[in-house]
Amino acid sequence: MKVVPFIVSLVITIALIVCLDRQWGTVPPIGRFVSPQYGFWQNAESVDENFNASLIFPELHDKSTVYFDGRLVPHVFAENETDVYFIQGYLHAKFRLWQMEFQVMASAGRLSEVVGDKTINYDRRKRRLGMGYAAEKALQEMENDSTTKAECDAYTAGVNAYISNMKESELPIEYKLLNYKPEKWTNLKTAFFLKYMSLELAGGENDFEYTNAKNIFGLKDFELLYPSSQDSVDPIIPKGYVYPKPGVNIVTPSTVDSLYLAKTDSTDIVPANPDPANGSNNWAVGGKKTKSGRPILCNDPHLGLNLPSIWFEMQLTTPSMNVYGATFPGAPGVIIGFNDSCAFGVTNAERDVADFYEMKFKDETMKEYWFNGEWKTTDFRYDTIRVKGKPDVIDTIAYTVFGPVMYDRKFSENAAPKNKYYAFRWKAHDASNELKCFNGLDHAKNYYDYLNSIKNMHTPGQNFVFASKSGDIAIWDQGEFPAKWKHQGDFIMPGTDSSYMWQAMIPQDENPHIMNPERGFVSSANQFPADPAAYPYYLGGNYPPYRGFIINRFLNQMSSITAEDMMKLQTENFNVFAEMARPILIKYMNDSLLEEDEQRYFDTLKTWNLRNDVDEKGATIFEVTWDCLAKAIFSDELTKTKLPMVYPYESTLLEALLKDSSYKFVDNINTDKKETLRDDVTAAFKTAVITLRKADADGRLRWGKYKDTKVSHLVPTLTAFSRQHLPIGGGTNCINAAKQTHGPSWRMIVELTDSTNAYGVYPGGQSGNPGSPYYDSFVDTWAAGKYFPLWVMGQGDVEDKRVKSKMVFGK
Amino acid sequence: MKFIVSILLTALLSFVSGLYLPWWGIALAAFLVAVVVPLRHGISFIAGFAGVFLLWGGLAWWIDTANNSILSQKIAQVLPLGGSVVALILVTAFVGALVAGFAALAGSYVRKAVVEVEE
Repeated sequence: MKVVPFIVSLVITIALIVCLDRQWGTVPPIGRFVSPQYGFWQNAESVDENFNASLIFPELHDKSTVYFDGRLVPHVFAENETDVYFIQGYLHAKFRLWQMEFQVMASAGRLSEVVGDKTINYDRRKRRLGMGYAAEKALQEMENDSTTKAECDAYTAGVNAYISNMKESELPIEYKLLNYKPEKWTNLKTAFFLKYMSLELAGGENDFEYTNAKNIFGLKDFELLYPSSQDSVDPIIPKGYVYPKPGVNIVTPSTVDSLYLAKTDSTDIVPANPDPANGSNNWAVGGKKTKSGRPILCNDPHLGLNLPSIWFEMQLTTPSMNVYGATFPGAPGVIIGFNDSCAFGVTNAERDVADFYEMKFKDETMKEYWFNGEWKTTDFRYDTIRVKGKPDVIDTIAYTVFGPVMYDRKFSENAAPKNKYYAFRWKAHDASNELKCFNGLDHAKNYYDYLNSIKNMHTPGQNFVFASKSGDIAIWDQGEFPAKWKHQGDFIMPGTDSSYMWQAMIPQDENPHIMNPERGFVSSANQFPADPAAYPYYLGGNYPPYRGFIINRFLNQMSSITAEDMMKLQTENFNVFAEMARPILIKYMNDSLLEEDEQRYFDTLKTWNLRNDVDEKGATIFEVTWDCLAKAIFSDELTKTKLPMVYPYESTLLEALLKDSSYKFVDNINTDKKETLRDDVTAAFKTAVITLRKADADGRLRWGKYKDTKVSHLVPTLTAFSRQHLPIGGGTNCINAAKQTHGPSWRMIVELTDSTNAYGVYPGGQSGNPGSPYYDSFVDTWAAGKYFPLWVMGQGDVEDKRVKSKMVFGK
Repeated sequence: MKFIVSILLTALLSFVSGLYLPWWGIALAAFLVAVVVPLRHGISFIAGFAGVFLLWGGLAWWIDTANNSILSQKIAQVLPLGGSVVALILVTAFVGALVAGFAALAGSYVRKAVVEVEE
C-alpha cells in the first residue's frame, strides 16, 4: 500500500474539514455555513411556504389554534391565558428568536460573548449602569405577583419549547453567521428586555455636560442656553388647568447655592446617551369631532429603525380577552393596541429620572465612602464579562446608597479626575412590575380598568392615551417620578449626605392627566406634560415643543374626522418649526452679499412650501442653513474649552431670536468686531451653500435623497440585511418624524366603532429571517405613508379567505 | 460506467449523510464510495468532487429558485461576491466538492491496500 499518499490525502481532507468548520475572524465556518443541508441555504424560505403545523406540548392545557393571515399576522385562539402566553412565546421564538436574545445580550452587557473584544466597553457600561441589578429587582417584583408570574412562566416555556425542538438547520441565520447558539429563555431575560426599553426611553441625562456648561457660563447664562420653560409651550394638559396643591413637600438643600449651583468641578466624561429623538405621537379624538360619532385613537412611537423590527403584530384571544396590536418579541402581552372595549397607546414622558452623585471614598480601594457624617461600607458586585476568543474580563463595581458607581478612573479612560467617583441613581433601579400594566390594558373594559392598569407603570414614564367604545377619551402622563426642587439633577449632585437625594415620589394622582376635555381631543408628542409655570413640581427642560404644537393646531381645526383623515395627519410632512424660523432667515439675510448661485438657493428657500416632502429642495436648504446658523451663534462659546457640551435645543435658539435679534450669543467672541444677527445669518447661509452645492452636484438636494432614511439590521455592519435609500419625507419637527435612522416604528389608527375599524403598519415585516419574503414586506408600504387594515378575526371566520395557514397546538 | 455510478452514489450517500451527520458527512460518503467502487486514484478524486459538486450545487440552485433568490442576493454581498447568485452557488458547490474529492482520494488508497492484501 502506498502509505504516504494515503496519509497525505487523509490529512488534507481532515485539515479541510477542520478549517471549514471553524470561524476565522469575522468569517463564519464556511463549510457548515454553505452546506445546503445545514447552513444559510436552509434559511432561504420558499416564497410559497405555508406555516401549517400540528404541534403537541405537554405544558398546554387545551387545544388552541393559530390562524396566519396574508401578512403573517398570527391570530391566536386559546382556551385559557397560560396557553395564550405559551403560544405567544413560541411564535416570538419561531419568527424572532435571534433578535430576542440579542437585545437581551445587549441589555445585560453580554455582547462580547458573541462578537468579541470590540464591545467590552459597551458591556462594561451596561454592567455599570446597573442593568443586572435593575433586572433582578424587577424579576422579584414580577414573580411576587401571581398573575404576572404565571404569564411569564408560560411565555418562557413557550420560547423554550421552540428552542428545544429546533433543528440545527433551523437556527436563525445570524447565529450561523456569528457562530453561536441560543440559550434557554428565562423570566430574567424578559426583565432584561424591559430594562432595555427603560434605558432607551428613560436612561437619558445631560448631567456632566450641563455641569460643565454651568461652570463655564454661570447659572444665569446656563438658564438662557438650557431653559426649563418655553414661550411656545402647548403642554399635554392645556394651559389654564388649575393643579391642586402638591401632596408632598420637598426641601431645597440649604447648601444649594454654594455647593451645587455655584462653580463646581468639571469633567471630560462623555456619557453614551440613548437617541434623544426617542419620542412619539399619540392622540385620541372624541365622538363629537368624528364622522362616525365614535372616538378615534392614534399612536406612532418613534424609535430607532431596525430590522428585525422591535414590534411583532398579533391578535391574542381567550374567553376573557381579545386584544390586537404590537407586541415586543421578548415580553408577553400586547403593548400598543386595542381590545373589544377600548384602545391604548403611549408616547415617552421624557422626564429626567437618571442622576449622578459625586462620591467621596476613603481611598482607592473604594471600600468605604463618606455619607451623613460617617464612613459607610461599600457593597461590591463582581461582574464577569465573557469575551469570545479572549480571556474573561472581571469588572468590580461599587454600590452605594445611591446606586452603582458608574464612573471612576478604571472605567472613564481617565476622563474622571483622580479620586472622583460618580454614582448613578436611576429610577429603573427601583423594583416595579410594568407587565402588570400591559396585562391590565389588554383586558381593560373601561376608563377605570385603564387607570388601575397604568398605575403599575413606574419606569419608563409614558403618556398613556386612551379611548373607549363607550365614548371616553383620556390621557395620563404616567410614571413614578421623583419630586424635584428646581434644578435638582440637572447637574452632578454632592453625594456625601442625604440632603441631595430624591426625597419623595410625586403622588400618582398628581401626575398630569385629563379626561374628555372640552376641546374634544387629547394628545401628546413629548412636549411639556403641564404648563411648567402652573404645575407644582419641577419638570426640567427636555421637551421638544413643535410636533405637539402642530398636532394640536390641526386637531383644533378638524371636524367630522375619519380614519383616512387620521392617516393623512399621522404622515403629515408640514414643518411648523420652519414656518416660525424661516422669517428670521429671510429678514436678516444680507442679499447684497450673495453670489449668483447663493441667490438662487435663497430664492428656493423663500418660495419653499414649508413641507418636508420627498421632492422638496427647500427643506434641505432650510435644514442645512439652520444648522449652520446654530453653529455660527453657539460654537464660539461652546468650543471655548475642550470639555464635553451639548448644543441648546433648536427651540431655545428660535425663541431667543424671535424675542431679541441682539441675543447675547450672536456676537462671535473670537473677533474684535461686534457681529449682528444679519452677519451671522448671511455667513451661515454662505457656509450652508458649500454643503448644498455638493449635495446638488451629487443629485442629493431633494429632501428625500438628502435625508436618506434607512432601516438597518441590528448588526450595523450587515448592510445586506438592511433596507436603504427609502423615499420618505418628514423629519424631526414634522408629525411624520421619519429621520435618517429613526422614526415612526408602528403607526396605528383605531376607530372605536361597534366593529373596530383599525389600521396599522411598521417599517419591517413579521419574520425576522432575511431569507423570508415576510422579512421586510411592510417597509415600502410604510415609506409610502400607506396602511394595512388590521383584521380582528372572529371565532366564526375560520373559513375566511384571509386565513392563509393554520397551526394547531395541543397537549 | 463505474465513474458515473461512483458520482451518483457519492451524491446519494452524501445527501443521506446530511440527514443524520454533521455537514462533513459528505467526506465519509465520498470516502466509502471510493473504497467500494474500483477507480484509479485521480478518477476517484474527480468522482467524489463531481458527486458533491452536483449535489450541493443542485440543492442550492433548487432552494434558491423556490426562494426567488431573496436570501442568496443578500449573502452574496455578506460573502464578498459582488451580489452574484451564480458565484454563490458555485462557491457552495466547490467547497463541498473539494472536501469530498480529497476524501475520495484517501478512500481510493485504502481500496488499493485492501485489494493488495486480498491478492
